[in-house]
Amino acid sequence: MTAVASAKDVTMVDAKSDDPSRVIDIDKLSLTFETNDGPVHALSDIDLKIEKGDFVSFIGPSGCGKTTLLRVIADLEQPTEGSITVNGVSPEEARLNRAYGYVFQAAALYPWRTIAKNIALPLEIMGLSRAEQKSRIEKNLDLVNLTGFEKKYPWQLSGGMQQRASIARALAVEPDLLLMDEPFGALDEIVRDHLNEQLLQLWAKTNKTVVFVTHSIPEAVFLSTKIVVLCPRPGRIYDVIESDLPRDRNLDVRESPEFLKIAHRVREGLKAGHSYED
Amino acid sequence: MTAEAIQQKKRFDMSGLLAWFIVAMVLVGLFTTIFTPDMGVMDVPRLAICLVILAIAGVRYELGFMRNMVGDIILGLVTAIAAWLLIGTVANHVGEAALGFWALTAATWASAWLFVDRLASWKLKSPALARIFNLAIPAVFGVTLLVLWQLIVDGNAIPKVLLPAPSEIWIRLTGSVPTLWADFRQTFLKAVIAGYAMGCGSGFLIAIVVDRVPFLRRGLLPVGNLVSALPIVGVAPIMVMWFGFDWPSKAAVVVIMTFFPMLVNTVSGLAASDAMQRDLMRTYASSYWQTLFKLRLPMAMPFIFNALKINSTLALIGAIVAEFFGTPIVGMGFRISTEVGRMNLDMVWAEIAIAALAGSIFYGLVALAERIVTFWHPSVRG
Amino acid sequence: MTETALAPSRSLNPFSGLMSGTVGPVIVVVLAIIAIWYIAAVALNARFQQDIYERADRTDVPVSELIADTLAQERPVLPSPHQVLVEIWQTTVEKKITSKRSLVYHASVTLSSTLLGFFIGTLLGILLAIGIVHSRVLEKSLMPWVISSQTIPILAIAPMIIVVLNAIGISGLLPKAMISTYLSFFPVTVGMVKGLRSPELIHMDLMHTYSATRVQAFWKLRLPYAVPYLFTSMKIGMAASLVGAIIGELPTGAVEGLGARLLTGSYYGQTVQIWSALIMAALLAGTLVALIGVLEKITLNRMGMAR
Repeated sequence: MTAVASAKDVTMVDAKSDDPSRVIDIDKLSLTFETNDGPVHALSDIDLKIEKGDFVSFIGPSGCGKTTLLRVIADLEQPTEGSITVNGVSPEEARLNRAYGYVFQAAALYPWRTIAKNIALPLEIMGLSRAEQKSRIEKNLDLVNLTGFEKKYPWQLSGGMQQRASIARALAVEPDLLLMDEPFGALDEIVRDHLNEQLLQLWAKTNKTVVFVTHSIPEAVFLSTKIVVLCPRPGRIYDVIESDLPRDRNLDVRESPEFLKIAHRVREGLKAGHSYED
Repeated sequence: MTAEAIQQKKRFDMSGLLAWFIVAMVLVGLFTTIFTPDMGVMDVPRLAICLVILAIAGVRYELGFMRNMVGDIILGLVTAIAAWLLIGTVANHVGEAALGFWALTAATWASAWLFVDRLASWKLKSPALARIFNLAIPAVFGVTLLVLWQLIVDGNAIPKVLLPAPSEIWIRLTGSVPTLWADFRQTFLKAVIAGYAMGCGSGFLIAIVVDRVPFLRRGLLPVGNLVSALPIVGVAPIMVMWFGFDWPSKAAVVVIMTFFPMLVNTVSGLAASDAMQRDLMRTYASSYWQTLFKLRLPMAMPFIFNALKINSTLALIGAIVAEFFGTPIVGMGFRISTEVGRMNLDMVWAEIAIAALAGSIFYGLVALAERIVTFWHPSVRG
Repeated sequence: MTETALAPSRSLNPFSGLMSGTVGPVIVVVLAIIAIWYIAAVALNARFQQDIYERADRTDVPVSELIADTLAQERPVLPSPHQVLVEIWQTTVEKKITSKRSLVYHASVTLSSTLLGFFIGTLLGILLAIGIVHSRVLEKSLMPWVISSQTIPILAIAPMIIVVLNAIGISGLLPKAMISTYLSFFPVTVGMVKGLRSPELIHMDLMHTYSATRVQAFWKLRLPYAVPYLFTSMKIGMAASLVGAIIGELPTGAVEGLGARLLTGSYYGQTVQIWSALIMAALLAGTLVALIGVLEKITLNRMGMAR
């Protein structure tokens, strides 16, 4: 990681960030995939700062690199240029510190483990004591309203319940940062509305920083304090919208003019970023 | 469901056809010779009973009377009694069976089929009962085959050196338990078990090493796949030369035969976890061994059990064939090849029955373990 | 995406490209196997060679001579690869095909019963599968027996089938082919049942909306879906069929065929002969399976199902 053989090497900022409220600091970051059809510029020249307690949504059409950007933060992809820090350290260090919880598009629960044992999985890997594991399982099952389902297997639950269990699993690590990659994408709209509301309550209760990838405009506007609009080829940030909606909101806020105004701006951004093709 | 019901109706009525066939065969039996030279059905009272109950069963079904579970059970009983009567009478008239007898045999066979057909259509609420039924139906089918075998051998007086009747095999089997037990111990308890354990165990361990080294995985896997398709039993004579006549040489053949299926299956099983699940473990900063034990091995279990099942049959084949190339004077393969030479086919069949039983139980145990371990897999949970 | 991202950028060393595919590693593994074979041959044959030296009262034999001698014994415990190759060369190219000592002759005997048995077995397997898929009674009563037929070590019956059929006057290809048939019908049946059932419910429903008959649904939907499964199971069936043919040759008194070569080899301690028969059987199996693979590729290409 520290080799400086070529100019393409990533220069990691190893000094701790001065600002303690700064959770994610991305500076001139680019990522190019080498494929057989030549290089693909998945991310190009990304600059982004995320503060503690923010709820940030990445929105954009498929292929805009929103998931890739989230994966870079999680150290699941390595950038080819630019710098990124998570909690003031490199993403790899942050990952080794278990600084974040990650929620995937699918619940990715292990079918041979009960719900309780699934939530215990990261805790076992971290080597926590049995008693600590038990108390965290109880606490987080309660947070996602799944108490009473400890002994069930994932395939005995509905899709929405499975996804809630996977959120509880991510929360059990007790991270300050929650990374969510289209967690409700596979669910129907009614369940999704319900989970969105629950997620907001949870965020208010725990005061975590959330980075949330979605392709739904209402979802992004409803949830976020900050909306990052990305556009494809190359994947880049088109617009960053600071939301002025109150922090404690419910589903009714979607009828308000402020909400519609922000949604309109997001839609315009998506259109503009898209306009030079199809 | 409704669509299926419509299709059922459209299909020609198999069970009705069977019932007509029973009636027709009974009529043939009534008016032709049962046993040569000139015995009619009225000369053999037991067959007369057989004929009457079959006729009643057939006509009963045709008239649509008692088409329910009770009726089906009665049909089963009638079939069993008819078969028993046929076997009992033909034993006194070996080789004398004529057209009428075969007609009654055909009627009994048709009524057995009708019985199975009815059983298969039962809708059972309790899953436990349904499972027993799934075993009972093939069992009825198997018993029917045995009865037919017995009747054909007796009715045609087929010489024992060609095909012994099931009853003769049974007598031989119960009469030579010590020999059979000694053979079973030599072949199964020593060679098969030892070879199976060593072959599967080493295949599994090597697979984990191979999986760790990508170079080996790319290089060894195609070779392993090729070797799986080779006639490995051919190494038996070499193993006999190297390890001597006793069971270790047979175990060695079993080791070689079971090693490659285990290797190939375990390696592909370890690759079965999808990218998302591996990413998940990565976000937990999980170590190689933690990922192996918590994710990849459980994920590989269906593949590993697949290999264990394949190997359970390969092991027995390997051990028996290896004995064709030389053994001490005990062992199932040895017994089969020497008794064939002496034309003692009833002993051969007794040995085969033991081998079949052992093989089925072995397979059944592995399958049972699979159900318990991979209870979560879609193919097991129903 | 992840894979490409983590893969190192293109190296200038052409060798690394070779090693990242499968060809390079396979070559290395095969070379390693041959090397191990040589080492094992020396190690296993050394003791016998030292006995010879002792009897000849030679005490100071140089190591190089010992190794050379161990690799050139007439009846070694483990013949060296080049001995086997020489034997194969001598018994294939240098012998007339009609000769009783020609390996080509023996291989062709085994091949013909393999192919006959495979053909009958595949046909039987397909027919059984069609019956099982379309009749619930057959499925419930027959399918368990098809499966348990394989838990029975059927090879045990092989000697009996051969002897009995000989006794009633049937000899030659057919008895051996029957054993091949028995071994090869099973994978085909199981694979075809799976294949014929593989069309998704939605496609079956589509056929239903066309009120297609069962026969039409079979030809237009089930059969095309089953073709890939058929080829996969035919490969397994072919390998099993060859095993059956070899085993079938064991009890006939060891006259002809690769199985007979194995048996006479083991009677007279002709290890080189055993190994050359083994290698020949392996080549035969590999070629036959590869041929089905080629056929599979052509067929799937024609059907537009190639992956």
